[in-house]
Amino acid sequence: MATMETATTERPIGFGRLKRKEDARFIRGKGTYLDDIRLPGMVHGAILRSPYAHARIISIDTSRALAHPGVAAVVTAKDLETLGLAWMPTISYDTQAVLAGDKVRFQGQEVAFVIAVDEYTARDALALIDVEYDPLPAVVNARKALDPDAPLIRDDKDGQTDNLASPLWEAGDAEATDRAFAEADTIVTRDIIYPRCHPAPLETCGMIADFNPKTGQLDIYNGNQAPNAHRTVYAHVAGLAEHMIRIRCNDIGGGFGNKVPVYPGYVCAIAGSIVAGVPVKWIEDRSENLMSTGFARDYVMHAEMCSKDGKITGLRVDVIADHGAFDSTAQPTKFPAGFFHIVCGSYDLEAAHVQVKAVYTNKAPGGVAYRCSFRITEAVYLVERMVDALALEMGVDPIDLRMRSFIAPEQFPYETTTGWTYDSGNYAATMREAMRIAGYDELRKEQAEKRARGELMGIGTSFFTEGVGAGPRKHMDILGLAMNDGADLRVHPSGKAVVSISAQTQGQGHETTFAQIVAEELGIPPEDVQVRHGDTDRTPYGLGTYGSRSTPVSGAAVAVVSRKVRDKARLIAATMLETRAEDLAWEKGRWYVKGDPEKGAMIEEIAAYAYSGEPMPEDMEGGLDAQVIYDPPNLTYPCGAYIAVVDVDPDTAAVKVRRFVAVDDCGVRINPMIVEGQIHGGLAEGVGIALMEVITFDEEGNCLNGSFMDYLIPTALECPDFELGETVTPCPHHPLGAKGVGESPNVGSPPAIVNAVIDALHETHGVGHIDMPCTPARVWAAMQGRPEPPQ
Amino acid sequence: MEVTLTINGERVSREVEPRQLLVHFIRDTPELTGTHWGCDTSNCGACVVLMDGKPIKSCTTLAAMCVGHEIRTVESLEVGGQLDPVQLGFHELHGLHCGFCTPGMLMTARALLDHNPNPTEAEIRTAISGQICRCTGYKNIVSAVRWAAEHEAAIKQEA
Amino acid sequence: MQTPAPFDYERATTVDGAIASLTEHGPEARLIAGGHSLLPMMKLRLATPDYLIDINDLELSYIEERMTEIRIGALTRHNELLDSDLLAMRFPVFRDAEEVIADPVVRNRGTIGGSLCQADAAEDLSAVCAALKANVVIKGANGERTVGMDGFYLGPFTTTVGAGEMLTEIRLPIRQGAGSAHEKVERRAGDFAIAAVSAALWLQGGTIAEAGVALAALGPSTIIVSRAEELLRGKAPSEELFVEAGEIASADCAPVPDGRGPADYKRHLAGVLTTRALRRAAARALQQEVH
Repeated sequence: MATMETATTERPIGFGRLKRKEDARFIRGKGTYLDDIRLPGMVHGAILRSPYAHARIISIDTSRALAHPGVAAVVTAKDLETLGLAWMPTISYDTQAVLAGDKVRFQGQEVAFVIAVDEYTARDALALIDVEYDPLPAVVNARKALDPDAPLIRDDKDGQTDNLASPLWEAGDAEATDRAFAEADTIVTRDIIYPRCHPAPLETCGMIADFNPKTGQLDIYNGNQAPNAHRTVYAHVAGLAEHMIRIRCNDIGGGFGNKVPVYPGYVCAIAGSIVAGVPVKWIEDRSENLMSTGFARDYVMHAEMCSKDGKITGLRVDVIADHGAFDSTAQPTKFPAGFFHIVCGSYDLEAAHVQVKAVYTNKAPGGVAYRCSFRITEAVYLVERMVDALALEMGVDPIDLRMRSFIAPEQFPYETTTGWTYDSGNYAATMREAMRIAGYDELRKEQAEKRARGELMGIGTSFFTEGVGAGPRKHMDILGLAMNDGADLRVHPSGKAVVSISAQTQGQGHETTFAQIVAEELGIPPEDVQVRHGDTDRTPYGLGTYGSRSTPVSGAAVAVVSRKVRDKARLIAATMLETRAEDLAWEKGRWYVKGDPEKGAMIEEIAAYAYSGEPMPEDMEGGLDAQVIYDPPNLTYPCGAYIAVVDVDPDTAAVKVRRFVAVDDCGVRINPMIVEGQIHGGLAEGVGIALMEVITFDEEGNCLNGSFMDYLIPTALECPDFELGETVTPCPHHPLGAKGVGESPNVGSPPAIVNAVIDALHETHGVGHIDMPCTPARVWAAMQGRPEPPQ
Repeated sequence: MEVTLTINGERVSREVEPRQLLVHFIRDTPELTGTHWGCDTSNCGACVVLMDGKPIKSCTTLAAMCVGHEIRTVESLEVGGQLDPVQLGFHELHGLHCGFCTPGMLMTARALLDHNPNPTEAEIRTAISGQICRCTGYKNIVSAVRWAAEHEAAIKQEA
Repeated sequence: MQTPAPFDYERATTVDGAIASLTEHGPEARLIAGGHSLLPMMKLRLATPDYLIDINDLELSYIEERMTEIRIGALTRHNELLDSDLLAMRFPVFRDAEEVIADPVVRNRGTIGGSLCQADAAEDLSAVCAALKANVVIKGANGERTVGMDGFYLGPFTTTVGAGEMLTEIRLPIRQGAGSAHEKVERRAGDFAIAAVSAALWLQGGTIAEAGVALAALGPSTIIVSRAEELLRGKAPSEELFVEAGEIASADCAPVPDGRGPADYKRHLAGVLTTRALRRAAARALQQEVH
């Protein structure tokens, strides 16, 4: 029980629906986003990009641009070569051109960098750069990338003779899977594409690089999700001293994985500032964002699933992964397909076998982004679509099939056939809660009535288990860096605290939730805990925010560091109260003597004492602070049951998501209001991906969705009023029992919606599969019985 | 050319090219970076401000075209230290995450309530349908505007 | 964000002044009203006029009922057309269309004149005016001329409004027994139509005295389905008749496959939406007739 009289349900000290501290500046329009920052003497950069998907560069003439008033410099690959910066390493141990020298390899690729007095002039100068191209045939279809006559994209790589981006990667047991299929009652096969889409945060990517030639200090302002890791990369790539690089992220207008990679524009801005000695600001426009920055998904999958005695027993998946022109997928080393092999899903399978092959194509690089949990979005989409396909084949209700096949609560911790150890879950309870909120039986009745009248209503389910909070250092690293996160906590003499974290918020509410963790552990009210983040000079090292890792890793770090402080406080309190530490008990905010509860010391009193001249406990230095680097023992495994209700217009084939029920189990919830907000946002993204978001190309590799006119993001009119529920199965290894939730809604919602669309159309129109996005045109084609052409 | 605009009741004069967009004119004015931009094709609405009380996309308007009109930005909502009911509603009901779309949403909400003090959920969703939020899924934005509608009279009385 | 190339700018104070300026500055001069078609193209540098004439101060924003027609000023904004109860009563097709044109914020700026003159085949108001058999008033240095919607569009993005001319007014003839409706399918709210149809019927004594059927986004420019109009004239409204009219619309349109959909789907929509629009137009006309 809190000792602070001021605690109320409105203003919890610790976990609860605390209103956000960061709102104060945002509702006033006083956030500091990248484009809000103006530095004295700052100049502006703009990038000239290739109109061709694949072409040799014959010549680049920058003279007209250089002569334009207000233009300070025009940089090409030749200039970068002298600095050793024409190519840069990627997170996947490939290389990527910063500016194209020999060839362009995707439409939108960076070719030249202009630095000018303002952004209007910089753009004017782009039109004055003359580039002569010799177009080459483009590789656009991932299925054809390895054909013997396919043009070679990466002729820059020694020994590269084809478009294989990374060798075949396998998980599971092929023989055991063959056996399961041999013994099966029912087998279904599907070709399923998870199309290319894009995180498209509302604020585009950019950077201000400010190199001080006198001091050698490089100050970077940059919205990025992993500032410490970026700093290490820049030190390595640009040969700068790491301790002389400072990255400040300030406020970021959304990340969703788009702000994880190092982009050529960043390197250009840094190079520009080093050479020019003034701050250089580069911010991309929306077309650049959609056409050149890290896309998401683009998995071409072939799958088979089997069942025996009414239960799912086996799964076989073969994937061609389209990585674009450079392999810059961002996932832990040793996991070139990310965590895709979690594709066995939430089911107690006998066997599974997965293989993934990555290819180069003449498209923008990327693949791991958009709340994907390192490819778990692809895996869950695949398995949940297959379960529905299997249920159709077996003639059973898709939820019944899931219930019969779920991993049972007593089987946890559960080791899957592809090497994951799920921590905890009660899948049936979560599924039943979703059915209850949805009114599943009533929905099926309504569907039957509507069908009799020629109205097409569909009900679709998905159940997901995902693994987040990467990850244990014994299992994973990124570029050799452990995926651990640090936390520093200092309690000041007045009892107020500052906690510095390495996670990087882009809207997730860290300034509030991390203060709540400290409040929960120490009893200091959240308004007295300042969360410091987003500045590599003032925060501990860590690998940042993506893969839903803030709560599982940074949150754990903050809990552990708070407990360290609490333990120190105990020793100090024992000294203050002239008793032994083991005679003290804790209630939030206070150590007190067991058996004499009136006698105690509040945390503020302990803090004041810690900095005073009074005697300290033996072997203890003064002050009340602690530092931690948290190495998670395992991933955490949130799960969820989602049910979508759609209506399909029988004549126009337009799809409307009428209802969406989401029951998430993310363990203990630090701030339920923020958790629910994260879920709403991810569900909206799922509506987008399922119905309208896609990046496509024509045969020449021209990108057809390079603006918000054609990359369609749902508005308030397409999103239903989301209905949320929860079950709580605490994580056994996380200090707070929390699991993380940020990506779950994007993981679970697209299959629920697509399953619903097929459910609406299967009986009347025989539709057995439809690939996303379920636009009216595509749904109509499916209703006509048109076979889907493979992409 | 010299352009003088009335922004939040104050006259702001600057020498600009005719092609200067209103959003840039606003953002180049000290303390007025609350109005954002997020696309090239007038779709996202991060740039929404009020012109003569009506929401417009400031990225698709020349500064020169606004001479003689009243421009209001998000910075005008808080008056004398008192937050506007729409700002309070967004805070109360978690209507923002990253905050990037928020100024535009607040201005549209303000204009909606000035014109229709008791909007339905459907009317709110329609009013914001020209603006994209990538973070919230819109549900809490709608609740926030409803909250503002319900509490506006009481808040004004208190002030 | 992308930004336009440089240009010069003036604010017109009279219609004649705007026209004189257009003539003076030649083919690279453009009028700008709402600017929500022109400015985005200029930002993408797909349009690079070197002279802009801002006509927003001209007094051309009105919706007035006369004896035999409703007159709409070319600068009337979409939101004014949406809110007009007069238009909703006389020609509900306007409110149908405006509810799905762009988005509420864009509708505060875009104008009917700008929409018609942009001559985008997907423009809803072009179909609305064509179905309503509107006449438009075009003013030039040599005076005014009136053109019917059937002569207004000359091809993709091309109207009969010449260099040195300006559209000033749209005139909608009033006849008894009117009913009209607009049907649209889009990939998402605010998107251009995959296909859209405006239909108008004028009933007299239980039969269709006059009909207007116009298609948006189903060809290189707005399509008036004359064969469907001929079919409908003189007949009593019926479901079978509207289905047949839909089949004609489907046959006579010329859809171009693009990101919104393939040609066969658009052709299918032409039929479905024509039938739906006629059905609603007839229901509205019958309500009017009773009064």
